[in-house]
Amino acid sequence: MMTNSFSNFSRRDVFRPEPATLKRVRKMTEMETFFELQLDSNRSLGHKPGQFVEVSLAGIGEAPISVSSAPTGESTFELVVRKVGNVTNALHGLKEGAKVGIRGPFGTSFPVDSVMPGKDILFICGGIGLVPVRSAIRHVLNNRSAYGRVTVLLGTKTPAERLFVDELDQWRASPNVALYETVDSGAVGWKGKVGVVTTLIPGLPLDLSRTLALICGPPVMYKFVILELKKVGMQPGAIYMSLERHMKCGAGKCGHCQVNHLYMCQDGPVVRYADILTVPEAI
Amino acid sequence: MKIAKLSLNALDKWVDGLIAGRKVFGVQVKNDSSSLPGEVSAGSGAVEKFAFTGLRNAKDLRLDYDVTLTPPKSYFQPPCEVMLKFASPSEFESVFAEEEFVLLGVHPYDMAAINQMDKIFSTGEYDEHYMARRKKAVIIGVDVQTPSNNVFAACMDMAVVKRGFDILLTRIGDSYLAEALTDKGTALLKNATDAQNANAAGLALREKVWEKNRKLLRRHELRVAPRDIPALLERSYNHPVWEEKAKLCFSCGSCNLVCPTCYCFDVRDEFHWDMRGGERSRVWDGCMLKDFATVAGGHNFRKKKLERYRHRYYRKGKYVPDKIGEISCVGCGRCITVCVTKIAQPVEIYNRLLEPK
Repeated sequence: MMTNSFSNFSRRDVFRPEPATLKRVRKMTEMETFFELQLDSNRSLGHKPGQFVEVSLAGIGEAPISVSSAPTGESTFELVVRKVGNVTNALHGLKEGAKVGIRGPFGTSFPVDSVMPGKDILFICGGIGLVPVRSAIRHVLNNRSAYGRVTVLLGTKTPAERLFVDELDQWRASPNVALYETVDSGAVGWKGKVGVVTTLIPGLPLDLSRTLALICGPPVMYKFVILELKKVGMQPGAIYMSLERHMKCGAGKCGHCQVNHLYMCQDGPVVRYADILTVPEAI
Repeated sequence: MKIAKLSLNALDKWVDGLIAGRKVFGVQVKNDSSSLPGEVSAGSGAVEKFAFTGLRNAKDLRLDYDVTLTPPKSYFQPPCEVMLKFASPSEFESVFAEEEFVLLGVHPYDMAAINQMDKIFSTGEYDEHYMARRKKAVIIGVDVQTPSNNVFAACMDMAVVKRGFDILLTRIGDSYLAEALTDKGTALLKNATDAQNANAAGLALREKVWEKNRKLLRRHELRVAPRDIPALLERSYNHPVWEEKAKLCFSCGSCNLVCPTCYCFDVRDEFHWDMRGGERSRVWDGCMLKDFATVAGGHNFRKKKLERYRHRYYRKGKYVPDKIGEISCVGCGRCITVCVTKIAQPVEIYNRLLEPK
């Protein structure tokens, strides 16, 4: 019989989080808090832009959160968490030095190494969709010569909900970067544009032969953004998007993140539009 | 000796020997003395129902059962399974099953489902929790003696299955043939001291049983070959049958619960009284339940009953098969039996899809 032929030590348990410490905590808006984390092992997370981690608070649960920092090889990484559920609400109550559990990184990423180099990149973000896209934007800006012109379109519900406000100014000031912003509804003191993010697309100076679009936003945003991109002549093969689903186990087993035959925790969250044209549940 | 012949007495003696040495779960009548207070116990004439439960005596074993209420999947993926223990907010310790056990009386279609689960949990990300239980199990199967009312395993080519069993029992006349199919099985069968060698006549009778089961385990007649189901679904995504059936669905998840190939799960944490230590468990979940595809913030990606109902059929007939190369329905017929509104009926659905819309 096979008694004792394998021990617990030789087993890699995909469901077991590793400890990490909150190094920096900053409240960003009423709903979003910024966290800088470090794995207690000191190893680098080793993520790619667009990937996510599962954040655990023992006794409360686990939540899938996109990594917002660029992959720099440093031992810390950044998350922005919106409080919407048990875990994220509890996270908002934590202070610097507190411990959490981390699994991952999981999932596919924006093709920063394979398809994007040499191309002009059009980033389109709605609200908290900026969080995972920021990882790619920062990576592109860190490796500026490897990529062409950068355009960032950013839509937020209200001025009070804007994220990374200081950083947006830095991006604007970077060479060969254009950033256009809009809010769904303005407020006193808001001098910028008012309207949904799709209104920023018509008239953009795009060289379609060398432009890729990277999209992330709330579920309702995608079909309208894609409609506008099609109008300006963008092809499905040039559009990448990050799709939200409930990534629970991260191992392609639990079934919660399924989009038809695809498991978004492994086959996503980043997909190429051309690859999901015939996947009815995707958008 | 690879195939043994055991008289009914010899079988009982061997089973009692098994029970003495290890934990044995066998098929027994469920509805006699186990009735709840106030419940009318099954008197004579009542339909017997069966379940895998801890076996204390070979006499309680009912290898002539038709189908168990729920499949044996709970022995490999318990309804609530502790995966991790924690002592602080970030320190998790893996928990793996350690106890060896024997599952006695598994029907071939249920074995086929376990084989599929083995593939699913061992490929891609290797699931140590499922596999720990699986490796601790000895599975003794039995060929069907009493076809259940809704079985259609033969239509799915699952009436006769040998792969996966450690030992397969087949009733022939007043005795059983027992074939050891693995080393584990061979070792256990050695304890059957009153066994004889199976002779050619016995083996011929076993062939007859298999032949008969391939004919009888089709209480519903499927008009499409299992291998053609993915292509059939490929062209049926917008077929009116999905809405027609789904509008009667209560989203109760009973079909998920009794399905031997449903394995979706939720993960839950529980604190001990000190609010520090506790456990993280996975619990059964079902894609037919309303909030299965809901994300934080409340957006439900499969809000309509139609979407959930169709998704389940596509998982069984296309998505999982595209991954593991086998239709993920073994024809046990349990969903047909439990569905309150009679809409869980794979055979009827697939046949209907063959017709023009």
